[in-house]
Amino acid sequence: MAFISVFDVIGPNMVGPSSSHTAGAASIALLTKKMIGEKVKRIKFTLYGSFAKTYKGHGTDRALVGGILGFETDDERIRDSFELAEAAGLDFKFECADTDEDDDIHPNTVDMQVEGFSGRTLFVRGESLGGGKVRLTRINGVKVSFTGEFHALIVIQRDYPGVVAGITSVLSSYGVNIAYLRVFREEKGGLAYTIVESDEAISEAAVEEMKKNTAIEDIMLVKR
Amino acid sequence: MDFHTAEELLALSENMSIADIMRQREIVQGETDAETVELRMKKALKIMRDSAHKPLEKVFPTTGGLIGGEASKLNEHAKQGKSICGSVLTKALIYSQAVPEVNASMGVIVAAPTAGSAGVVPAVLFALEDEFGLNEKTLVDGLFTAGAVGYLMMKNASVSGAEAGCQAEVGAASAMAAAMAVTMMGGTAAQAFDAASIALSNLLGLVCDPIAGLVEAPCQSRNAIGAANAITCAEMALSGIKAVVPFTEMMQAMYRVGCKLPAELRETALGGCATTPTGCAHNCRIFGGCN
Repeated sequence: MAFISVFDVIGPNMVGPSSSHTAGAASIALLTKKMIGEKVKRIKFTLYGSFAKTYKGHGTDRALVGGILGFETDDERIRDSFELAEAAGLDFKFECADTDEDDDIHPNTVDMQVEGFSGRTLFVRGESLGGGKVRLTRINGVKVSFTGEFHALIVIQRDYPGVVAGITSVLSSYGVNIAYLRVFREEKGGLAYTIVESDEAISEAAVEEMKKNTAIEDIMLVKR
Repeated sequence: MDFHTAEELLALSENMSIADIMRQREIVQGETDAETVELRMKKALKIMRDSAHKPLEKVFPTTGGLIGGEASKLNEHAKQGKSICGSVLTKALIYSQAVPEVNASMGVIVAAPTAGSAGVVPAVLFALEDEFGLNEKTLVDGLFTAGAVGYLMMKNASVSGAEAGCQAEVGAASAMAAAMAVTMMGGTAAQAFDAASIALSNLLGLVCDPIAGLVEAPCQSRNAIGAANAITCAEMALSGIKAVVPFTEMMQAMYRVGCKLPAELRETALGGCATTPTGCAHNCRIFGGCN
């Protein structure tokens, strides 16, 4: 089992009422906001399972909107996130999905269809695992597994030989120690997602360097 | 430095307090430094302090509306000299109700070890501070001690209501607060674990049955019993009463009991208080009967 910090016991510091339905929801949305890397103009949340049934009583909806506005889990502004979203020009919508018992979907799941002010779009599916821990399981239709516990790069690339080697070579030249590296793809030769997690922050310069490779379509830099 | 069981911690505590062992463990295993660790715990202390006191000045509406204003009622009752509990317990009850009110109204709290049980540790902490005028170092030490007990339960059992019922949430918080109270009042590490073990045994079997699935009722009043139980068990241990069953065995017993609880009584809102006619009526009112 991973290291249990004293602050996993006396913590997390969070806006209530629920670590899974409030803090976890805010974390998923904040991670999504960091991934799109710009102010969000429009977002549609689709809630599944327990999120769909109980979101109002747990403030899951306000926590999700708060996360998209960039609020951390212990930011008291989450309580007023709907009003603050209006002021920020964020247009948000909630839908509840029906799920069957046999659907392979975690009970606390949310899909987010996001559009930034530049026109950039992103689709993310997130799961709240309990105790405030979260995992993203889909990015733009590709199955992934990403927790946001480390500094991370999400590289969207065409599935050609040598692309991953190019990524690691740039990181190495910038002195970044890779903690985890995983590649997820739609289909052979299609689009692939390389998720690199590191102990150190990764610089914008390293990202620019990587983008010189024409097989790389986009890079999302996610600071912890 | 690290430890995995209460026995290992007790062996280390011959030369060092539980709080300092927990600090060292955090610095070494968490790859950080003493100042960062101290600052983070002081921040947690401040959030706890705010959340234990705010509802005495202003009552915020809760998302489900099942609770709200309980801390203030207890405070007014005590101010009129009508309390039947004595000052430490009265204070603990007030704070234990305040934190869940903040939590249920989307205010900021420190999960300790969970959001649903977040009132227990601050209740005991600030009741003792009020009564005995303890300094900040003693309070921070107390939180590290509580953290050590909670860590052992997280590692070797469970502090999740969905996994092992309320005994794993309020029960764990109560054990943490009992050990904390013993060390804050000058007791030994062994006495701290006696108090923690008795506290767990007293709440063994407590189910998690939140009305409408919300962290409001019966969660809030169970924070009161968690705090009162912690003070009771700390008093017993400080007077020299030993736990018949050692903490490690009691924690394992708690976990075994938790695993045997039916799913209906593990945070699913399908049993206990949640499925009483009144509980069901609240559910329909809050969620429009769609649930």
